[in-house]
Formats: sequence, C-alpha cells, structure tokens
Amino acid sequence: MLSRRRCFTAAANRIRPLARAFCDAPAPRADAAPGGAPGSQDRTQEVGGVKAAPDVLDVAIVGGGMVGLAVACALSNMPLTKHLRVAIIDSNPALKSRNHLTKNSIPDSRVSTVTPATISFFKDIGAWEHVQQQRHAFFGKMQVWDYTGLGYTRYNARDVGKEYLGCVVENKVLCNSLLLRFQEELDDIESVIYPTRLVSLTFPSISKQAGMKPTSSEPLSAGHATEELHRSNLVKLDLSDGRTLYSKLVIGADGSKSNVRQIAGIKTTGWNYPQSAIICTVEHVVENDCAWQRFLPSGPIALLPIGNNFSNIVWTMSPEESLRHKSMSPEEFVKSVNHALDFGYGPHPRSSALDHYMEKFFSGIGNTAASTKECFEVPPKATGVVSERMAFPLSLMHSHDYVSKRLALVGDAAHTVHPLAGQGVNLGFGDAAALAKVIAEGVSVGSDVGDLTLLQRYEKDRKAANVAMTAVLDGFQKMYSVDFGPLNVVRAAAFHGAQYISPLKRNIISYAMGDTKWPIFS
Amino acid sequence: MLRRVPPSLRRGLLSSASTHYGGAQILNSSHSPSKSLLPQWRRRASVASTSAPPPPRPPSPPRGPSRSGGGGPTVSSLNPAEVAKFAAIAETWWDASGPFKPLHLMNPTRLSFIRSTLCRHFRRDPYSSKPLEGLKVIDVGCGGGILSEPLARMGATVTAIDAVEKNIKIASIHAASDPTTASIEYCCTTAEALVKEKRLFDAVISLEVIEHVANPLEFCESLSALTVPNGATVVSTINRSMRAYATAIVAAEYILRWLPRGTHEWSKLVTPEELSLMLQKASISVEEMAGFVYNPLSGEWSLSEDTGVNYIAFGIKKNETPSTDSIKARLS
Ligand SMILES: Cc1cc2nc3c(=O)[nH]c(=O)nc-3n(C[C@H](O)[C@H](O)[C@H](O)COP(=O)(O)OP(=O)(O)OC[C@H]3O[C@@H](n4cnc5c(N)ncnc54)[C@H](O)[C@@H]3O)c2cc1C
Repeated sequence: MLSRRRCFTAAANRIRPLARAFCDAPAPRADAAPGGAPGSQDRTQEVGGVKAAPDVLDVAIVGGGMVGLAVACALSNMPLTKHLRVAIIDSNPALKSRNHLTKNSIPDSRVSTVTPATISFFKDIGAWEHVQQQRHAFFGKMQVWDYTGLGYTRYNARDVGKEYLGCVVENKVLCNSLLLRFQEELDDIESVIYPTRLVSLTFPSISKQAGMKPTSSEPLSAGHATEELHRSNLVKLDLSDGRTLYSKLVIGADGSKSNVRQIAGIKTTGWNYPQSAIICTVEHVVENDCAWQRFLPSGPIALLPIGNNFSNIVWTMSPEESLRHKSMSPEEFVKSVNHALDFGYGPHPRSSALDHYMEKFFSGIGNTAASTKECFEVPPKATGVVSERMAFPLSLMHSHDYVSKRLALVGDAAHTVHPLAGQGVNLGFGDAAALAKVIAEGVSVGSDVGDLTLLQRYEKDRKAANVAMTAVLDGFQKMYSVDFGPLNVVRAAAFHGAQYISPLKRNIISYAMGDTKWPIFS
Repeated sequence: MLRRVPPSLRRGLLSSASTHYGGAQILNSSHSPSKSLLPQWRRRASVASTSAPPPPRPPSPPRGPSRSGGGGPTVSSLNPAEVAKFAAIAETWWDASGPFKPLHLMNPTRLSFIRSTLCRHFRRDPYSSKPLEGLKVIDVGCGGGILSEPLARMGATVTAIDAVEKNIKIASIHAASDPTTASIEYCCTTAEALVKEKRLFDAVISLEVIEHVANPLEFCESLSALTVPNGATVVSTINRSMRAYATAIVAAEYILRWLPRGTHEWSKLVTPEELSLMLQKASISVEEMAGFVYNPLSGEWSLSEDTGVNYIAFGIKKNETPSTDSIKARLS
C-alpha cells in the first residue's frame, strides 16, 4: 500500500505533460523490451531502465484480421477520426508485410468473394487500388444448380445492370491491401501495431469509479487523484509481452472464438452444422470466368475463379467425408471434384415437365431477365490440386450483443455464417464501415468514443442486416441438407422461380451483392 | 496538500470539502437542498449559523466555491423551489438509462446543431475533430456536464456553471476522469454572478434552463451580458403548445416516467416567438432556430423545422461598443 502510494505520487509529478503528450501525438511507445520483459506490474513499465507510462489509447483493436484492419484503415481515413490514437494487437506475422504480394505464385486456398458493396467500401478508404495491384478475379456470371437435376439458375451481372457480380480475392491480399493503405496514412505504423496477443481485459467497474468520488472523509492524495482517476474510466488490456494498455474503446475483431467477447461475458447463440468445409486451389486448362455452386446431398460445392487458370474450391461435407477427402491422393481428389461438379449424385438439369410448366406459369409476367434463356453449362474440369487441402468445421454463431460500455465486436467475433454464399467477410466489412462511421459521428458531436449510447447505434444498424443474412443462409443450408422427394421438387421450383421471375432474381442478386438491406422475399 | 491536483479537480475536491467541513448547517442543507443550493441561499444559511453557536470546524480546507459575486446577496433569476427539484435527481445525471435518458438521447442532436452553427459563425472547419479550439464557451446550467464534456472534446475552453452544488460536484468528478475534459472550469454559481464579475465568452450556451428560471427576460439579459459583441448565444427549451404539453409533460413525466413529475410547469414554458423577442430585447438577434423531433420507433431525435415541442435557437450578440475585455478575450 505504501509503495503503491509512492508510485502514484511520483507519477503525479509528470501527469500534466504526459497527459498533453497523449493528446497530441501518437501514443509514445518504446519497443518491446529485450529478455527479462517487465512483468505486467501495472501502472508503470520498465523499458531500458526508464519508467514509461503504459500507453493510453482511444481505440484498441484486438485482432488484425481482415475486419480489424478494415476498421483501423477506415478510422485513419476520415478527417474526423484520423487523430484518434489507434492500436492493433495481433501477433500474426502477416502484419509485418510492407509490400505488394506477387501475382505469380499459386493462389492461397483462403479466399473471399467480395461484393460490390465491399468493393465500394474499399474504394472509399483507398484500399482498393492496392487490391488491383495484386491478384484478384472479377466474375460476371454465376450458375447455381442442384443434384436432383430438376433446377438450375444462371445469374448474369447484366441482369442488374452491373459489370460484375463479385470479385474473388485471397484473404491475404485483402489484409495486405488494408495494411498498405493504413501505412500510407501513418507516419509510423510500427508504433500502432503491437505484435503480441491479448491476455486479459479489465473493464472499468462501477465500484472502482465510486471509489473516486470524494465521499470518504479521507481526502484523496494528489497522485492517486490524477493518473488513477484518468485510468479508472478506461479499459485495461494486458498483453502477452507483459505490456499494459489503457483504452477508451476496445474493438473485438479477434475472430469466431473471440477472447474479447468471452472476457466481456457476451453470450452467443449458435450451433455447429454437422459439416465441415474443405478448401483448396485447383488448376484448369482454360481460365474460369464464372462462380459455380452446386448443391449436393451433403452440402454445396463452390468453384470460384481466382485468376489465370486457377479456381478455388469450397466444398461442404460431413466431417468424416472431409477427412477422407483431405487424405486421399491428389488425383483421386481431383476426380471427385470433377465428379461432384458434373454428373455426380444426379443428372444435369434439363428441360423437363416442370420446366415446361414453369415456363407456362410465368410467361404472363414478361420482362424476363436476359439470362432466362441461358443454357445450363458444365463447369471447366479441374486438372490438378495445387495447394494444401484444409478442412474447417462449420458453425453458425450470433452474438447476443455487439456492444457494451467501451466495447464493440466486429466480424466473426460478432457472427459467423455458413460460407456458402461467400458472405462471411462481407458482413464483417459492413460492420467495419458502420462502426467507423458511428465513431466519426460521435467525434463530431464530442462524444466519448466508448460511450454506450453511441455504440448502440452501431449495433442497431448492423444487427438487422447480419441476422437477416444469417437466417437466409441458415435456411438455405437446412433446405439443402434434407434429401426428401417432395422437398426436392419444392426446392427445384424455387430455383425455377428464381430463373423465371426476373424481379425476384434481381432481388436475390442485389442482396447477395450487398445492395439491398432487407432480404429477398419481401 | 492539494497543490498538485489540476484546477478542475481541486475545485471538485474543494466543493466536496465544503460539504464535509463547512459546518453542520451546510451539511444538513445538502440533505434538504432547497436551503443550500444558491450562493445567496448558502450565504443566508451561514448568516443564520453565525447567530447560533458556531459548529466545530476542522481548520484546513477553505469553504465553498470561490466564485460568487462580491457584496451582498445578489438577486438571482433562479427560483429556489426549482433548484430543489433538480438536486434530488442530480446523482443520476450520468446514467444514460436513468431519469436523464431523454437528455442523453437528445444530446448528440443538440450538439450537432451547436457544432454546425458555431462552425459557420466562427468560420471553423466542420471536418475538424476540434472545431471549437480556442473559443471560450460557457455552459449555463450545466447539470452533470453532459453538454460541457462534448464541448471540451470539440476543443472549446469550457466554463460550466450550475446553481446546484451537487451537480457541479458530479460534473467535476466525472470530467476529471478524462484528461480532455479535466480542463473544464466548473463553478457553482449563477449567470448573474458571473455578469457581476464581468466575465465574457465567445459563445454562451444554455440548454433546457430558461423554462426553470423565475424571470426569463432577465435571464436572457444575463446571457447577453456574458457574450462578447459578435459572439454567439444558444438557447434551447420547450414550447408552450398543446403538443408540448402532451409530449413533454404528460408523456415524458407521467407516462414514460422519463422525467420526475413536476419537472416542467406549463405556465413557465416559452414559445419560440417569445424567446426571440426576449433575446432581441437583450440585444441578441436570433439567426437560426430548429426543432427536435423524437421518433419513437427508432428511439432517436433529429433536427427539424418543427419547433412545436423542443427547440433550439442560435443568436448573435449585436455589436455594441466593443469593450477592451472582449477584445482581449477574443485574442487569447
Ligand atoms: C472454410 C471457410 C470458408 C470461408 N469462405 C469465405 C468466403 O468465400 N467468403 C467470405 O466472405 N467469407 C468466407 N469465410 C469467412 C471469413 O473467412 C471470415 O468471415 C473472416 O475471416 C472473418 O474475419 P475477421 O477479421 O472477423 O476474423 P479472422 O480473420 O478470424 O481474424 C481474427 C484475427 O484475430 C487475431 N487474434 C485472435 N485472438 C487474438 C488475441 N487474443 N490477441 C490478439 N489477436 C488475436 C488472429 O490472429 C486473427 O488475425 C470462410 C470461412 C471459412 C471457415
């Protein structure tokens, strides 16, 4: 207690100049101490023998994945928020990259289908030009069909008057582009990225703040009163390298197993699908220019163009099957991919009685989309698998709250969806854009950036959009995981419906492209 | 002992000290706030206490807030019964879901009006994160500081006053926890007292106060006297319309229980025309006025042309013979 008090008093001598430094400059910060790193003996840290105060931030972003980087990048890009002291905490070595990634290598198996909405967000924050200088593949066509042979639908960007439906980009390219853009906006990116992990979080407690009220008969000591008082209101972050940070706002962008969410005690609803996804890169003889998705009894398989003669495979199946597909020989795997995208599990869809019926039924409606008459096509054959095959268990998870006092969750930390429509990270980018906008609005009216009323505006904005998409994708998933005759016909009819009723189809495309706020069947 | 504490916090500590050490009379009166809350009321209380045997008093801490007009009791436009009503709920100021919920909800909307009018008037960059840098602003009737703190974050040099000492305490303690807001000068005093001290500000802001004062015209004159020539005055209040009665009084006080019953008295409410005229008389020309409308579905407030219920006015102090003080104030 005594030594503690001495420490406060000592700190109090410097508090004014320090506080000023915090306001004007990026958080002063020394590099990680070499061996014998200081224990997280709170309040002061020894760096090179000199006592340095822990860094005080406005926004601490835990997780420098695609979504965390997007928040940082958006904040550094807006006039109202560029002055905020931001830190990104992530030990991922990818955050050390400072150059464009070469286009000549074999594409990574982790890719995302980014929607036009995401692309325009990237353009707004100035990161898209970096994507353009690295590998990416636009596609203007999409074909979705199922194994029963009863239905198929082809989407074409022309249907919605656009040049493309989406763009497939490797996750590492998205991360790298955001990082490069972020770097352009900062003098010293090294001082913003903390290459370490979060160990624990301490939120300001009411009792701690109550202790600050000078209601006790003992007058507060001066040192205690200033530094301690300033921090009593902030979130304390303990990092694995022994450092301690204090921040007004913590953004949990640390993925689906979010540590931040767990420490904050935010509950989630979710379930695991009895399914895994296997992902890898395959090669063709010709270039693929269409996104293909076929629903099989075990789940969908997608073949996404990723540039040159490469495509990406996301194939959903039972966990046992995924293990088998992971360990089988590459030749066997390629064979089973080609099988799954062709005659495997059922015939090609063709003009059938149902087709005829549908045509009659919808002929009165007129104004059919251009691709109505487009014929079913067989995707290009894979000739080889050129990457490692990775298997991921799939789950659906939705966080009950996205925010609490001084905390906001974004991306997979707040929600994970079935990857079948490639929406996962697009929802995350939507979160990043919305959160950065709300923070800017808060700054403009002088709010504390960690203010709950402010953060709730972000939650309200995003929850509706994310829940809708989660439900749609989950519904799709459920619909396709049942192999039951009558349901197959209904499903096929739905496909036919989509193929024939152009307004409906336009809605589906718009929604999948991120244009529409409320889904499909409204 | 208190030398190292920043000024704002020192004031907080001092005012709390006055509660503890300032004598039995004052300690009691903080429980029955109607007696203690205005400087002149306190003064009366202490006058009363001198006639009784003086209560035992620890030696060191000085008493009471330092700022109060010299000389005898000033006539304040604040009505003691009104002051008492607010003291009872002051502690809950910062609870965003507490009784001041409507103010917390409305706050960003009020601030965006203030931000845009002040940026325009003082030719500040609206995209700056601190557009009010260098402006001396006073928040008259600051309550727990929910307007003062954002103003300080926008860069203003803020003085904030409230006649309720408990509010000032809550406000200074809250502001001290953030270095950006710790610089706010909180004083338990009245606009009239500061006028006597000849204090001047680039912008004088008084939100949701005029409907609680005893004499609104005198209050407007005080606000005007605190404003430098060509400076800005911003006032917000509730209209005296049937709709205001239905929403602000019946709905907010009785149905939604947002505000304690009796917060507003119908006859005290001021219409936009009356406010404009009073400000005009006090040599402030009203340049802009906006209404606040509440959307119960979204739970959000927005600015509108409809001044039927809650409204806010921005005016400019007419350019009289500029005093040297005001020139100094503007240059500093
Ligand atoms: C098989 C599969 C296929 C997918 N396909 C697609 C697709 O085609 N299109 C699409 O849009 N989405 C797809 N997704 C979803 C997409 O990958 C995620 O939505 C996206 O990666 C989420 O980004 P994020 O930044 O929220 O989280 P992550 O990318 O998970 O990033 C989290 C980051 O936090 C860091 N971190 C974690 N804990 C800590 C800690 N304690 N301290 C510091 N740092 C920490 C990690 O190092 C990591 O860098 C797919 C997902 C899967 C599993």
